[in-house]
Amino acid sequence: MTTTPATDDRKKRSNLMVAGACTAFFAGMLGVAFAAVPLYELFCQVTGYGGTTQRVEQYSSTILDKDVRVRFDSNVRGLAWDFKPQQRSVTLKIGETTQVHYSAVNRGMTATTGTATFNVVPEQAGAYFMKMECFCFTETELQPGEEMDMPVVFYVDPAIVEIGDIGTITLSYTFFPTVEGNRPLAARGTSQDAAPAAASEIGG
Amino acid sequence: MAGAAAHAHDDHKPTGWTRWVYSTNHKDIGTLYLIFAITAGILGGLLSVAMRYELAEPEIRLFHGLAAMVYGFEGDAAIDGGKHMYNVFTTAHGLIMIFFMVMPALIGGFANWMIPIMIGAPDMAFPRMNNISFWLLPPAFLLLLMSMFVPGAPGMYGVGTGWTIYPPLSTSGSPGPAMDLAILALHIAGASSILGAINFITTIFNMRAPGMTLHKMPLFAWSVLITAFLLLLALPVLAGGITMLLTDRNFGTTFFDPAGGGDPILFQHLFWFFGHPEVYILILPAFGIVSHIVATFSRKPVFGYLGMAYAMVAIGAVGFVVWAHHMYTTGLSLNTQRYFVFATMVIAVPTGIKIFSWIATMWGGSIQMRTPMMWAIAFIFLFTVGGVTGVQLANAGLDRYMHDTYYVVAHFHYVLSMGAVFGIFAAWYYWFPKMTGYMYNSLIARIHFWLTFIGVNVLFFPQHFLGLAGMPRRYVDYPDAFAGWNMVSSYGSYLAAIGTLVFLYGVFEAFAKKREAGANPWGEGATTLEWQLPSPPPFHQWEQLPKVK
Repeated sequence: MTTTPATDDRKKRSNLMVAGACTAFFAGMLGVAFAAVPLYELFCQVTGYGGTTQRVEQYSSTILDKDVRVRFDSNVRGLAWDFKPQQRSVTLKIGETTQVHYSAVNRGMTATTGTATFNVVPEQAGAYFMKMECFCFTETELQPGEEMDMPVVFYVDPAIVEIGDIGTITLSYTFFPTVEGNRPLAARGTSQDAAPAAASEIGG
Repeated sequence: MAGAAAHAHDDHKPTGWTRWVYSTNHKDIGTLYLIFAITAGILGGLLSVAMRYELAEPEIRLFHGLAAMVYGFEGDAAIDGGKHMYNVFTTAHGLIMIFFMVMPALIGGFANWMIPIMIGAPDMAFPRMNNISFWLLPPAFLLLLMSMFVPGAPGMYGVGTGWTIYPPLSTSGSPGPAMDLAILALHIAGASSILGAINFITTIFNMRAPGMTLHKMPLFAWSVLITAFLLLLALPVLAGGITMLLTDRNFGTTFFDPAGGGDPILFQHLFWFFGHPEVYILILPAFGIVSHIVATFSRKPVFGYLGMAYAMVAIGAVGFVVWAHHMYTTGLSLNTQRYFVFATMVIAVPTGIKIFSWIATMWGGSIQMRTPMMWAIAFIFLFTVGGVTGVQLANAGLDRYMHDTYYVVAHFHYVLSMGAVFGIFAAWYYWFPKMTGYMYNSLIARIHFWLTFIGVNVLFFPQHFLGLAGMPRRYVDYPDAFAGWNMVSSYGSYLAAIGTLVFLYGVFEAFAKKREAGANPWGEGATTLEWQLPSPPPFHQWEQLPKVK
């Protein structure tokens, strides 16, 4: 095979084309990796994956003559708050709308802001657990000693009977301190107060 | 290949250190990669021997002393420091063996050396990019080594998260800079691999000799082409995931922190979307190499060539949709688990096609038990053992019991430490005469083989028993009940380490004795293009492109 500058040039161009396609592909995959973050969130919201509850504006149009028990659970991480449901559980008809209350008291010495994460178990029930009003949608700030009543308005979608007989659903909340914008995780350490000191100790 | 003037310029062969540092020659760069892989492999191996020495008997016997020596801990702090140091060793061993030993050896080393020759090309498509691909690796390796000596977890040194670097252990659990160094090491090693992958894809698509269609291409070239595509698909996802870790750690984002609306499980999805294809990246080039060796020493063309090629394509493709089988214990729904169990077990089909085709290639062949063939047959046997335990672990119900036990450790060392590494040694003994022009001492090579074969089996087979008995991985100590098989396992590790010394001596001996190998020491079974060139091949080969019929 003889090569001339012309074929050499063509070869070079075709090499660059393949490399360009590969680079574009690489950039696309990198984009997909970051797109996974909102997509994963959307996926959980739409499918109720991992027990993600649904948010609705309207009451259920049908109420079934069938009971479901809903139990309530509360956790606090990294906040000096007492956070409790005011009732352990309620029994209601599927499709019936009800209001329950949680309460939170700030036992700390400073005003703190918290955000709650939430889910239900069994996880399949997430897609059928309809919340109309919830404190978990917003940030909550509590002054020292302040007590707050936190209502949750919800119903269980009648379509839940299609996935089998679910007698009990547990709704769980965990309050976290709202993340301050510029305080990186590594700097915050494992426990909110102890770790930064430990980190600076070994830093020296 | 360029114009006449440029051609004359290309002909001169650089000498001294510029030949290596400025190198754009695929054979020289391949040699650099191999030397790098051997160095990193010895280091990663030393880490593992230290861990096996620690685990030979119950109670902490080595690491508290090491921590006192290296980090200056005293008294009880040395015990805690030692426990963490063990985790640092586990992490470094995993990362080094994957990113700095197996990948540089198979892809950077043997593929760089042999792919252009086997497809009849004068060099890689982008020789300068090839140079930067290699030279990104030493700094990445250095960053990873440095991470072992700077603060990591509170009060401790180094990254002790395991190679999977799951948050929150890798974010709020490791506030020190060690984790950042390790993440940057992975970024740079990843960039090196991506550049290499682009180079291989372009070379294999555009630079095959006239007449060499994709369906006539040697299986090693097929395996590297598929591996390059897997790299291109998988590595950006790792890069994205660890970049999010980095910003979570340093810039206040909350991708993986539930307090800010993130989800730590998302990292596991991203990591394993990379991590599972990664294990095929490690093993596919070895599949290609073993096909050549089995065919050469059976003096038969490989059985079912197209089936072999497309089985690798199938393994690569299905490898991308099975990642959550590493995550059965994270609370996946039952239906999700059912899907991942099924998809994972489907991979056994193309893998079975390959195993049976290798056996069918040997069937009725005129088999010569030369050293590379011994490694290749051992590869087939041991990889199959690892494959069988893999099918077991694919089952979500069974995995719930075996997750994070030594059973898993035994499984992935059978497919990697014995699969990929036996593939590397098979390739080494197959192509060493071609690359250097010298023949090694066959007796030393066989001693190396038997020491390694017996060593790794004594090392890893008892770990199945330990795993079934419930011994969890990544702990520095264990209850006395596990003492017996741990002792056996550690002796296996010492034996394999002695085997490595024999390997190094064999290399030294071959260079010292300078026995001429000749162009083709393996006879008529060796049909691929590299055996048509003298050994070692000229600095620039195929100035007259070979014609493939």
